[in-house]
Amino acid sequence: MPAAPTFPARRRWPSGIRIVDGAVSTWTAVVLAFLYAPIVVLVAYSFNQSRLNIVWQGFTFEWYRQVLQNSPLLRAAQNSLVIAVVSTLLSVLLGTVGAWLLHRYRFAGARTLQTLVAVPMVMPEILMGISLLILFATVGMGLGFTAVIIGHVTFSFPFVLVAVQARLRGLDPAMEEAALDLGATPLQAFWLVIVPCLRPAIVAGALMAFTLSWDELIVTFFTTSAASATLPIRVFGMAKVGLNPMLNALSAIFILATIAFVFFSDYLRKLSR
Amino acid sequence: MATMVHLRGVTKRFGTFDAVRDVSLEVGAGEFLTLLGPSGCGKTTLLRLMAGFEAPTVGTVEIGGQDVTRLPPYRRPVNQVFQSYALFPHLTVAENVGFGLRMQRVAAAEGQARVREALALVSLDGLDARRPHQLSGGQRQRVALARALVCRPKVLLLDEPLSALDAKLRRAMQLELKRLQRQLGITFVFVTHDQEEALTMSDRIAIVHEGRIEQLGTAHEIYHRPATRFAADFVGQANLLEARVLLQDEAQVRVSVTGGLELTVPRAAWPAGAMKALIAMRPEKVHVSRLANPAAAPAAAATNLFEARIEEEIFQGATDQLVIVTATGTRLSVVVANESAYGEIFHAGDHVSCALHADDLVVVPAE
Ligand SMILES: Nc1ncnc2c1ncn2[C@@H]1O[C@H](COP(=O)(O)OP(=O)(O)OP(=O)(O)O)[C@@H](O)[C@H]1O
Ligand SMILES: [Mg+2]
Repeated sequence: MPAAPTFPARRRWPSGIRIVDGAVSTWTAVVLAFLYAPIVVLVAYSFNQSRLNIVWQGFTFEWYRQVLQNSPLLRAAQNSLVIAVVSTLLSVLLGTVGAWLLHRYRFAGARTLQTLVAVPMVMPEILMGISLLILFATVGMGLGFTAVIIGHVTFSFPFVLVAVQARLRGLDPAMEEAALDLGATPLQAFWLVIVPCLRPAIVAGALMAFTLSWDELIVTFFTTSAASATLPIRVFGMAKVGLNPMLNALSAIFILATIAFVFFSDYLRKLSR
Repeated sequence: MATMVHLRGVTKRFGTFDAVRDVSLEVGAGEFLTLLGPSGCGKTTLLRLMAGFEAPTVGTVEIGGQDVTRLPPYRRPVNQVFQSYALFPHLTVAENVGFGLRMQRVAAAEGQARVREALALVSLDGLDARRPHQLSGGQRQRVALARALVCRPKVLLLDEPLSALDAKLRRAMQLELKRLQRQLGITFVFVTHDQEEALTMSDRIAIVHEGRIEQLGTAHEIYHRPATRFAADFVGQANLLEARVLLQDEAQVRVSVTGGLELTVPRAAWPAGAMKALIAMRPEKVHVSRLANPAAAPAAAATNLFEARIEEEIFQGATDQLVIVTATGTRLSVVVANESAYGEIFHAGDHVSCALHADDLVVVPAE
């Protein structure tokens, strides 16, 4: 082996690694600042006495009090929650069972179905909204909770289906056979063995479906009635009229809830592994 | 011996390909039968036909005297140990083993007792609360075995259950499986492509080749009396030589084999009326000794004597494999005990004399 070349013991520049390190941390800091500065400003101004966002007049909880006393807003938040929970449950059911049927059974049109199922994921929401509206009008179904939930399930169950399918592809086919061999009927095998094996994918899909439903605006806009208006719809309506410090307070609450949700979903994912 | 598994004229077609072709097979109650054959020959398919994961295209499957051809797997009195073990990852060892009993709605107390008993049977006591991913490969294998045995199947199907274990553990498990099978008296149908494993464990071996059963017999019969060229070639090592009749009388047939070597074969072993056949010569049946020491050869008993030159010597641990070439040019592979203080040492280039008992030659009818 040739002798390692020796370098002069002179250090005028940081080593390559340190330069890269420095660059990466600066870059990270800039990106984080860019992402979070608006949020920090927003939260800060939610405590501002002034009705105008630009001048600081003093600290207050007034806007939070207003939000919590604004019954239409609270009502909308409740609607959002109900719609998100119900559509998530339906999406999980449809997506999981659908993925299993597509994976397990060969039938005519399976490939076409597979493609059709993926369409809502890429279709512009405005088109989905309009087409759902036309559909409901055609069949004579009134707008409201049911319509909104159907709309949300339409675009969120494919996400569950795709997540579950990916997991199914990695699942040992002997798993189901072992269950059948031990005396489980196909239904028992699915429920007692396959579903538990799919749990991480189901949880991931459910979180996705919930998030999609929770902040959905466009499809909801086309399918909702006044009674079923969700939080995004209300906020959108308020913002159109003019920026209101109440929106800052509402957003701050939202952010807090989102952070809590992220931690909760992380916990769920760890649990399901 | 009562018949436990009975396949009658079973064919399994996938698309246009026959994975199993007109197989008829009877497995006796309490028998250890091994399906032995190369990859892709249809062993797994045969097992799946018994388990109920595949339905035969033609033919019927009977288990314990009952026609189960149309019964789904969960109604058949058989259980399987899968090659991948297929343990349920979300259940503990005890829950895995208890799964079959839960499906049969066995009462909780009795179920627990049977699970404990099954775990003890495979020496896994104390691991009940573990999850499959917390077990070693060998332990998982035992859980899979306990999970199948706890259901008290009439037939236990095992699809290459030992192939994921290392050589040493594999040997230990072979003996243990055999012991368990004797102790429980359950019929085992065991699939493997490892001929040594098959010879060690089985009461009978079925040689499977291209979807057919080529030969069915005891380990002894399969090894010493292979019925076909494939069987001779697949099980153990064999010198396969084309033989042509030179002379024959009431007791013996004198043949010339590939390369020109002349051998004598007992009349009874030669297919009646045939002028050509195949001779399988096991490498360890050829007795090799030094030319200078002809007395060492058991010449009295051996009918075939010839001289040869050692072309190659391959060290194999306990034995030495020699490639020898006879004066006429027949090339043979022979095995001798490895050098010891008493034994003779052979090297490439040495001239040796060989003795071979006529009864040790296996004649396989030419196809
Ligand atoms: N579901 C199937 N569809 C089409 N062909 C199949 C199917 N299952 C098995 N085969 C074919 O049938 C033949 C026998 O397969 P089988 O799995 O029984 O072989 P094997 O003897 O178990 O082989 P190995 O030792 O590799 O496991 C193979 O050629 C295989 O490709
Ligand atoms: Mg196989």
